Amino acid sequence: MDLPIFHIDWLNNRFLIGIIAVLHVLINHPLAVGGIAFVSTLEWWGHKTDDKRWDDLAYKIMTTFFVITTTVGAMTGVGIWFSAGLVNPIAIGSLIRVFYWGWFSEWIVFVTEVVLILIYYLTWKSWSTQGAAKKRSHIRLGFGLAAASWLTMVIIVAILGFMMDPGTWLRDKSFFSAFLNPAYLPQLAFRTPIAMMMAGGTGLFLILFFTRHDKEFRKKALRAIALWQLCWSPLAFAGALWYANIIPSTMIANLSVANTTQHFTEWYSIVKQLILYVILSGMALALWATLKPQWYPRALYVIPFIGFLFLLGHFERVREFIRKPFAIGNYLYSNGFRAQDYPLLQQDGMLKHLTYASTRSITPENKIGVGKELFMAACSRCHTINGINSITSNLEAMYGKDKPWVVEDIATYFVAMHKTRTFMPPFPGNAEERKAIAAYLVWLQTHRDEAEPAQSYGVEIPQQTQSGTAAQY
Amino acid sequence: MNTSFLMHLHSGVLAQIHATVPVPRDIPLPLPAPEWLLVTLLVVSFLLHILFVNLIVGGSILTLVYEIRGRREPRYDALAHELARTITVNKSLAVVLGVAPLLSINVLYTIYFYTANALTGTAWMMLIPMIILTFLLLYSHKYSWEKLRNQKGLHIAMIASAVALLLIIPLVFLANINLMLFPDKWLAVKGFFSSLALPNVFPRYAHFLCASLAVTGLFLVWYVGRAKFDMAARLPDFEKNALRKHFYALAFGASTAQFTIGPVVLLTLPERGVSVRMVATIVLGAAIALPALWYMWKEITSTEGNVGKHLYKVAGLFSLVVVAMATGRHLYREESLADHQEQMRQKTAAFEAASVKALQKRMIALGKQHPVVHNMTAAKARALAVNDCTTCHDPVAWNEEMQAPPMSYLAARLDLSPSAGAGGSPGETVFLQNCAACHAVDKKLVGPSLAEIAPLYANNAKGIVAWAKAPGKKRTDFPQMPAFAHLSQKELEAVALYMLQTGQK
Repeated sequence: MDLPIFHIDWLNNRFLIGIIAVLHVLINHPLAVGGIAFVSTLEWWGHKTDDKRWDDLAYKIMTTFFVITTTVGAMTGVGIWFSAGLVNPIAIGSLIRVFYWGWFSEWIVFVTEVVLILIYYLTWKSWSTQGAAKKRSHIRLGFGLAAASWLTMVIIVAILGFMMDPGTWLRDKSFFSAFLNPAYLPQLAFRTPIAMMMAGGTGLFLILFFTRHDKEFRKKALRAIALWQLCWSPLAFAGALWYANIIPSTMIANLSVANTTQHFTEWYSIVKQLILYVILSGMALALWATLKPQWYPRALYVIPFIGFLFLLGHFERVREFIRKPFAIGNYLYSNGFRAQDYPLLQQDGMLKHLTYASTRSITPENKIGVGKELFMAACSRCHTINGINSITSNLEAMYGKDKPWVVEDIATYFVAMHKTRTFMPPFPGNAEERKAIAAYLVWLQTHRDEAEPAQSYGVEIPQQTQSGTAAQY
Repeated sequence: MNTSFLMHLHSGVLAQIHATVPVPRDIPLPLPAPEWLLVTLLVVSFLLHILFVNLIVGGSILTLVYEIRGRREPRYDALAHELARTITVNKSLAVVLGVAPLLSINVLYTIYFYTANALTGTAWMMLIPMIILTFLLLYSHKYSWEKLRNQKGLHIAMIASAVALLLIIPLVFLANINLMLFPDKWLAVKGFFSSLALPNVFPRYAHFLCASLAVTGLFLVWYVGRAKFDMAARLPDFEKNALRKHFYALAFGASTAQFTIGPVVLLTLPERGVSVRMVATIVLGAAIALPALWYMWKEITSTEGNVGKHLYKVAGLFSLVVVAMATGRHLYREESLADHQEQMRQKTAAFEAASVKALQKRMIALGKQHPVVHNMTAAKARALAVNDCTTCHDPVAWNEEMQAPPMSYLAARLDLSPSAGAGGSPGETVFLQNCAACHAVDKKLVGPSLAEIAPLYANNAKGIVAWAKAPGKKRTDFPQMPAFAHLSQKELEAVALYMLQTGQK
């Protein structure tokens, strides 16, 4: 990557984005996309049956959803951008250049959603005391907000689908072809009922706290939420099947490197089983709660909640993974270098073209230091020196802990690295640079070293004459 | 893109680049809309965002002050509570309205913005947890008002912590936006704190804090003056006109202070971006503020009952002031980066030209499957020029009129192995590109040597093929081999024979 290298060595950069992104989805799906529809339904039910306890419960659940979505939910959404802008700025910057209007329309829906959620939540108590007509408007407002929340997903799933569909991305570079992406509708059909069921699962968890003093109502609420789950589960099941059937054909067609298929197949079978187990057990539990609420054990209030978190977390994690070795399919590798620039970088070496480097040439004296700079430029988006997925632990697994590592062996490994580890990009530099990085890595076996990332140590450019700069090309 | 023109262009230009200013390359993708439109969206959406940011910061500071004062004068506690209710609403709007300017700054100042972000990375990333914590503190503070009535110290500590965070957060944003403008300072910055040492940071920060108090003061004049606002029920111990005058006085004081801070901000700006039209725009903005101040003064000193009759005039004038200031700010940004942006454009174009040339060279070298190139003699293929390829391939973008995909698209489909094309026999080529990473002829690398493998599979090339498609794990002290099912049957058979031959020697 040719920008100042932000790097968190102990955590691993991809992990940083991963934590924030998964947290965001785990809040956004159950509490916003599914949550508002769920709360509005409870509110409507309370109004219809003229039982104030439903309204109180709905309001309490809404308070929880409101506080969490407008703090952690909203800010982790911004956090995905912040972290992506630090970890792989070239990737996120390229995507924004292309999908600007897509994100802009998403923003307009966001603004609508936030304004509506503020009105919906803050007028709840006052509108409820102003007669049945006003209450009905409030309920309608709730369903309008639910539609807006769902619409944010409609757009973002299109953008996500587009990012995974490199063929179309490179060809027409237009936002609307996202909607023609064959995986788009199935993915939406899968995520929508899953979000609804997750909202129910979260509600189930929350009634443990909100019905503490009314055990009889708890059983009623349990039954109602279970019914909600039951209604959505056939749709979730159908959506999952549709999605599961469509992924292999569309995804494999899009995978440029055929060998990624291997990892894809593994992921695919795991996800398929997970979907099956989680949805079926969700259905079974819901059926139990509907038929025999009095026998439903307390522990099972929590299980569906955790089950869905696990399913979605896994789903998102691996969905990201199969994009590798690319950050943007067929265009940009996950190391931040464009595929197009590889022949130039391999011919001239990275060093000649990196903006931030201490020198333009490798000598026997500076080999270790330059090797480290090149490691940071080419490898540090995914690898750390001492932290999670550290390069030293990887090398220990390959070459042994006690045997001395050999520069030539590692330099040779770089040549075919992308063929044996098909999720890794090819090496983006020349032979001399392979040896310099290898020399640094071998040196690491006997020396402890720290990353010196831009956020603490700044950047440098080579000391050179002006004519030296001109001779670069 | 006319590449030969670019090649010609770059040589003279790069010599002008000063050796101490880093000139990175831009992302070589076009802007999604005309620049003026993106700039307008940036400036307008940023103003909306900063308005609500001002209201959170100013509102929280005032809440803290009033709540402390409320310990002696209970009516100020009620006022603080009223104010606290508005902050959490404003904060949600501030966040969501911040997304559009974030998008626009990403697309307009891509490399500048990301460079500043990375150089202050720890603080920049900490913004997310800091803002989440601030918001949670604000909610806890608001919703625990009655519950913690007898633990006022704890309750005040909550809002005090939120205020402390709210004083740090804008400083991080400001340091970034500031650092972005000065590529000549990038080499000097070592982390967030050193970015604060750049000129202009603290004067701008003071300017922002004063603006927050002024905006909040005016907002509150409106808020308590609304017909719907039931003074008697919510703030029974205040008189409406007196309270509105109090907020006016706050806004007036803060706005007057800007006349001292503003010139300091202007004078501490590095000279490079200062232009006549930028200073004129700022001065015009300051001039529009004068009648607003005069109206405010009239309201504060008015002896009539209806305080607030000039509010919309004041708000309208201040909106104009803010638009003028934001425009001046943008003119400065444009002016100060103009030279550097031009250098970056040229460097990007030169690199693009070199990249396409190298790509073409590689494609010709690998052109065995190419319908035209594979019929040529090697010498003729080598002699192909960029222009020969560009009759069918666009160098970069998809073009419906071209017969073939662009070279950039084909790049990822090329063999990008650093040593592609090496190897004497087909089997050796496959071996070098796939297996040599872990297997050597006569020593253990990651996996066993060929000398060790060959006797095990003597006359059994098929066994090697089967193993390579779905490797198991036989040796406990070796890592598991990945599968090579993606290689064709022909390639696998060739490499198996090569391995047996080489290992037996």
